[in-house]
Amino acid sequence: MSDLTSKSTLTHIQRLEAEAIHIMREVVAEATNPVMLYSVGKDSAVMLHLARKAFYPSPPPFPLLHVDTTWKFQEMYALRERMATESGMELLVYQNPEAQERGINPFDHGALHTDMWKTEGLKQALDKWGFDAAFGGARRDEEKSRAKERIFSFRTASHGWDPKNQRPELWNIYNARKNKGESIRVFPISNWTELDIWQYIHLNDVPIVPLYFAAVRPTFEWEGGLFMADDLPRLEKVLGYHPEITEKSIRFRTLGCFPLTGAVESTASTLVEVIQETLLTTTSERQGRVIDKDAGGAGMEVKKQQGYF
Amino acid sequence: MPGTDVIYQTEALIAEDIEAYLDLHQHKTMLRFITCGSVDDGKSTLIGRLLYDSKMIFEDQLAALEADSKKVGTQGGEIDFALLVDGLAAEREQGITIDVAYRFFSTEKRKFIVADCPGHEQYTRNMVTGASTADLAVILIDARKGVLTQTRRHSYLAHLIGIRHVVLAVNKMDLIGYDQAKYDAIVADYTAFAASIGIAAFTAMPISGFKGDNITALSSNTPWYSGPTLMGHLEAVEVNTSAEAARPFRMPVQWVNRPNLDFRGFSGLIANGTVKPGDAVRVLPSGKTSTVTRVVTLDGDLEVAGAGQSVTLCLADEIDCSRGDVLAAADAPPEVADQFEASLVWMADEAMVPGRAYWLKLAAQTVSVTVSQPKYTNNVNTMERLAAKTLELNAIGVAEITTDKPLVFEAYSDSRSLGGFILIDKISNATVAAGMLNFSLRRAQNVHWQALDVTREAHAQLKGQSPAVLWFTGLSGSGKSTIANLVEKKLHALGKHTFLLDGDNVRHGLNKDLGFTEADRIENIRRVGEVAKLMTDAGLIVLTAFISPFRAEREMVRALIPAGDFYEVFVDTPLEEAERRDVKGLYKKARSGALKNFTGIDSPYEAPESCEIRVDTLRESPEDAAERIVALITGEFMPVI
Repeated sequence: MSDLTSKSTLTHIQRLEAEAIHIMREVVAEATNPVMLYSVGKDSAVMLHLARKAFYPSPPPFPLLHVDTTWKFQEMYALRERMATESGMELLVYQNPEAQERGINPFDHGALHTDMWKTEGLKQALDKWGFDAAFGGARRDEEKSRAKERIFSFRTASHGWDPKNQRPELWNIYNARKNKGESIRVFPISNWTELDIWQYIHLNDVPIVPLYFAAVRPTFEWEGGLFMADDLPRLEKVLGYHPEITEKSIRFRTLGCFPLTGAVESTASTLVEVIQETLLTTTSERQGRVIDKDAGGAGMEVKKQQGYF
Repeated sequence: MPGTDVIYQTEALIAEDIEAYLDLHQHKTMLRFITCGSVDDGKSTLIGRLLYDSKMIFEDQLAALEADSKKVGTQGGEIDFALLVDGLAAEREQGITIDVAYRFFSTEKRKFIVADCPGHEQYTRNMVTGASTADLAVILIDARKGVLTQTRRHSYLAHLIGIRHVVLAVNKMDLIGYDQAKYDAIVADYTAFAASIGIAAFTAMPISGFKGDNITALSSNTPWYSGPTLMGHLEAVEVNTSAEAARPFRMPVQWVNRPNLDFRGFSGLIANGTVKPGDAVRVLPSGKTSTVTRVVTLDGDLEVAGAGQSVTLCLADEIDCSRGDVLAAADAPPEVADQFEASLVWMADEAMVPGRAYWLKLAAQTVSVTVSQPKYTNNVNTMERLAAKTLELNAIGVAEITTDKPLVFEAYSDSRSLGGFILIDKISNATVAAGMLNFSLRRAQNVHWQALDVTREAHAQLKGQSPAVLWFTGLSGSGKSTIANLVEKKLHALGKHTFLLDGDNVRHGLNKDLGFTEADRIENIRRVGEVAKLMTDAGLIVLTAFISPFRAEREMVRALIPAGDFYEVFVDTPLEEAERRDVKGLYKKARSGALKNFTGIDSPYEAPESCEIRVDTLRESPEDAAERIVALITGEFMPVI
């Protein structure tokens, strides 16, 4: 087979980048009050980098919004502050006061934790600031109902998603018109795969949370999974006992709340090693996450209809 | 020929030399394709197979798939690949595909994005969504059934939307015993059909998505077939980006980048051609020219940029250029026009209404348009052209489009970016149609408005008044004409120059060719609006009394009249009250069925969401209402609404 790559043909990474930038500019041109949801994970990191490219030399003309659960890894909070400063963007942090008050945590409350802090927290934050368009870093390769979602995804005034009645989305023309109270979730990296994300981080030196790289860290086992003891005093308080801590070389494939995100034992300490391990792995990325398994096979679809990102 | 061992080579490379692998992956091109065909032709199964064979399915997904296959699978407990793709709960329950699903896989040569398109006719709009971004279409045929209506329909749509590469995958060969004669007959059948709709070439292959025949390796079950395999063909087919780069430069401006007083850049995605500093460019539609000084990106200025890249351009001159304008090669600019012939795929449950104003979005341009009655629609089963009054859901037709502002465009066959558009309903905001511009009917630049020496203002000044339109709307028998007549008498008494347009003086003359269908009622209102506009240009205060039941048409007229001069007067009388009065006996006729399309009975009335004046006829007499309206427009005091 001959090499098909000619100089005038863009690579797939170049096409994906150009597409994401085009999407972001459309939103800024047509939405009244856009915001970028920033979860501090690797997908958010790439999305933020793309935003900086899209509007350079201006800073991206919208704020970053972190819907916080108070249960994120300490290193995530550190990177969040650093990136807000570097990008010159306003950082908004929202914590659902009701979840705060009721002491909702991932150990005692399971699915309710995600629902209260993330789903409800996100709705409250969007309503509070009146955002009419929110960028999210979801990818279609992550999960089955995501694979069906449009790039411009409409939400009713109560933030619901109607998967059977999505607007047709033709070419790269996005209809951003909406009725009163409706909002749009926009997914600029819909067409990226996990490997594309890693490749892009590699090519562009995108800063990511060091937890993605293997290091010796304090771990404990809980309900059959391996977790990191990120904030031991708080952990003990919630668990009601002192977990047995073992130092292990671990890293994370995805980052969420530290008690909901399983670690994997690994020695991949550089980006290239992480990519290598990712490619050779035999389990999917979201497997370490508890959220998709709720409510049977349709877990994510149900959550999205309720307003989860 | 590539076979399954391709994947193993990749895996070995990842393990042994990850840097080399990344370099290889980085230089891969991308092919976007769709799979389409009739219900149960095995589209989802085929995609599942492609993912499986290119090792895109992880162990945990496979375990879940095996469990699901036993529970809800349709393959008698064997792995049901379709379950990988049909992601919505309703789809898994019903075993059908409702919406497009995007799936990703890659081989050593390419990254692929595949859109799995629904087969059911009612989801055709979703199929068109998938096709609009595709370079190639895989048309699946169930070998037991041959060419079906959906096969023809989807082939036609794929061709209409400009997909240049077509693969005819004759699937389920295992179920006909890999019979070559049957395969040849299907290919011959399709060849005849393809030629009739203008598909010049396609690649046919016998496959089984379920068994894996001829997917990644040639199958021993079809020794009479010499290739290529499906995967081999997908890897080898040429992508179109190089063709786009060879055309003259065009970049629709999405956003003007102004971080400070020293920088002004124009951001956009290059649709065609290349651009470099020093190039002469023209801004359309204004036609002003300048020179590119910089091609700006975060990674540093570029020496040259081409089709498919998102960039920011700086120009040498401070010329007017904003979102919606198109930057183009100065010596080869695209056309500018305001009347077109276009092909339309109607995507809304509510049929197209000829004459109604819709938004048209093309690249970064949004304009108000009206669509004519279709010239014809295409029957996708027979490919016959049929006369039609409208376009229903999923109909494909050709119609004329008139825009309210000049549009920068190219024929869709030359440029998807500057020839493809969507239509948006002004009230619901839904995307109601996909369209492709075929050609302009006349060049807008050749049409010059006659420069008027005696202006609108001069006409008004002579009469000593501000022109205005008082647009009375409400149910039949609500009291529109009564109040409008009183207002006109009072204005006349005050020495104002007025004119009242109503059904009596319009329907019998100017609009006597119009009936009472929805389309005709809209045309009626459009003409009245245009006449009212001319009369205000002449300095008159115009009063109109028409039911004008549709919000969209009232908004259309409002858009014609200078801001502040249009007063929507909602004569609000409840249906029961209007029917009780029944001055002309029309409600009685409508109730008996003798009168069709009667507003309030079998045709809707859309009350204004906001209007300048509302008259509640149950609480305010016509005389009082008229007084209030006169006071408002002569500026004596502000209204109490």
